Amino acid sequence: MNRTFALGGAIVAIALIIVGLSSVYTVNMTEQALLLQFGAPKQVVTQPGLHFKTPFVQDVVYVPKKLLNLDAPAEEVIALNKKRMVVDAFARWRIVDPLRFYQSLFDVRTAQTRLTPILNSNVRQVLGSQSFAAMLSDKRAQLMIDIRDNLNNDTKDFGITIVDVRIRRADLPQQNSKAIYGRMQQERKREANEFRAEGAETAQRIRARAEREVTVLTAEATRESEILRGQGDAEKTKILAQAYTQDPAFFDFYRSMQAYKEGLPGDNTTLVASPKSEFFRYFGTDGNGK
Amino acid sequence: MPWNNQSGGNGSGGGGSRGPWGRGPQGGGSGGGGGGQPPDLEELLRRSQERLRSLMPRGSGGFTAGGIAIVALGIVIVWLLSGVYIVGTDEQGVVLRFGKFVSRTAPGINYHLPWPIETALTPKVTRENQINIGYRIEGDSSNEAATQDVPQESLMLTGDENIVDVNFTVFWVIKDAANYLFNVQNPDAAIKAVAESAMREVVGQNNIEPILTQDRGPVQQQVQAVMQKTLDSYGAGVTITRVQMQKVDPPSQVIDSYRDVQAARTDQERMRNEAEAYANKIIPEARGQAAQIVQQAVAYKQQVIAEASGDAKRFISVYDEYRKAPQVTRKRIYLETMSSVLGGMNKVIMDDSAAKNGVVPYLPLQGLTSSPVERVTVRGSRNGAATQSQASNNSSGDQQ
Repeated sequence: MNRTFALGGAIVAIALIIVGLSSVYTVNMTEQALLLQFGAPKQVVTQPGLHFKTPFVQDVVYVPKKLLNLDAPAEEVIALNKKRMVVDAFARWRIVDPLRFYQSLFDVRTAQTRLTPILNSNVRQVLGSQSFAAMLSDKRAQLMIDIRDNLNNDTKDFGITIVDVRIRRADLPQQNSKAIYGRMQQERKREANEFRAEGAETAQRIRARAEREVTVLTAEATRESEILRGQGDAEKTKILAQAYTQDPAFFDFYRSMQAYKEGLPGDNTTLVASPKSEFFRYFGTDGNGK
Repeated sequence: MPWNNQSGGNGSGGGGSRGPWGRGPQGGGSGGGGGGQPPDLEELLRRSQERLRSLMPRGSGGFTAGGIAIVALGIVIVWLLSGVYIVGTDEQGVVLRFGKFVSRTAPGINYHLPWPIETALTPKVTRENQINIGYRIEGDSSNEAATQDVPQESLMLTGDENIVDVNFTVFWVIKDAANYLFNVQNPDAAIKAVAESAMREVVGQNNIEPILTQDRGPVQQQVQAVMQKTLDSYGAGVTITRVQMQKVDPPSQVIDSYRDVQAARTDQERMRNEAEAYANKIIPEARGQAAQIVQQAVAYKQQVIAEASGDAKRFISVYDEYRKAPQVTRKRIYLETMSSVLGGMNKVIMDDSAAKNGVVPYLPLQGLTSSPVERVTVRGSRNGAATQSQASNNSSGDQQ
């Protein structure tokens, strides 16, 4: 009797525990829950914590509340000016309406496969309406915002919101890169030549200026020199004139004598003289001079 | 806790299959991290129950209500104690009650209500995390030299449609543990993606030349700002502490050209320096030369003045004496001069008559001397007076 009572009590207790457990559920911080009653949506629970439901009748479907990543594979996009580029974009999105999301996309995996082509087509559309140069300017941020807005517009029935679209990479295809490398090399070569030519120019300029300065310095020195020499000569003339004007006749004689002495230096001179000249006045006479 | 390694499936184990006693000692596999204690407790409970059950049939008489109470009390105490957890100095505790965030806890020993009511997470909030973009460090971290370049991450277009090879590192810390844990799926990957995107955006707005040279700092700051703004819009709960550009080079295909530009720049400098050295040499030399020319002129001036005054004085001295006896002095000077002049000369004394008779044409002047002939013209005449006057003319005013 005692034993059957205990057994019955245990069964009741277990049954109560099962019922109790199936009537509560927890919602994590990173989740939100959709309460389904035989498949029909009853309630959306976004608050985390402990919640109650009707046991056995209601089911809980969890969808993430976190910001989710949508990474589209790199795609070739043709810009407005026919330039091709390889664009790798990603979007961050979040489920805002779990019911709609559950109805239209069911789960995150399906959502990824559905959203990827939509993202790509929006990227193509927005970037295709712009020149490639716009990607390399401050318009890039605006383009990313445009893609996000278009994407939001296209996905508004899915119960999600696109928080952000960012272009991770926007590069030129491989063959264009080669052309760019070639151009970069040419530009650098030009730059190097320019530097060297400028160097030569500067050097020549400096040399020329230095040489000019040398010439000017020498010329000025020569000028000063000539002035000084002239002054010297003038002074000399003045001094000698002062002295010689005292007796021009004597000067004439005296200076001539000096000039003979200085101007007819010995050895190599031959004089053919007449014995009747003044010097030989006494030649062949008896000493009277006549 | 002797069964510490037996952690079962986390969370879902509550209503799940009761593991048989024999499964016990086998390794549980996944270590439960911060939430490791609740499964232990579960196992413990289960085991205690089974032990009770196994005891029951055997000793029907020896099992009392008191014993059950003691065992139950022990279980409750152990269960309550399982809420003790430690938050490390570099961590922050985040307490969840039925999955809902309720509080943050500081480092030290802490308590949360035992599982399944509360759980605690302890992310490392003060540790600075690092993401390398454009390169990977290979091998063990001690050998940091071995880096592997990742060109698809590091090559990017600049605003002037050049390509630059950028390796950079992003450092970040958790700003808000709860946001970090709950808001973004795979936050580390998100930070990396945002970093790549931000760097390309900023580099795409700048020209290659400043990026390679002086503008690294501004680029880093801009990237940091863009990243922070984007991640804040995600509510990622992280702070970007630093963006550091490691290697900023032209792509390897064109790096030689860039090096040549550097070389050209050096050449330019060298040429200038050489020219300046030349200028610095010749200008002082020219100054010296100029000074020499001037000094020579000064010397000349002083020389001629001195000589002239000497000559003048000499003349005056001689003149003074001459005035006292003009005739004698005049004659004396003449004769002295003549003797000194004629003393060293070759002399041919020829009578006028000889000249008249045609000797002169036969005189071998070339043979007389090897050097230019100083000719004192012989002008004789038969008239003696004429000859005398002629001679006196030649001898500079002898008659005066």
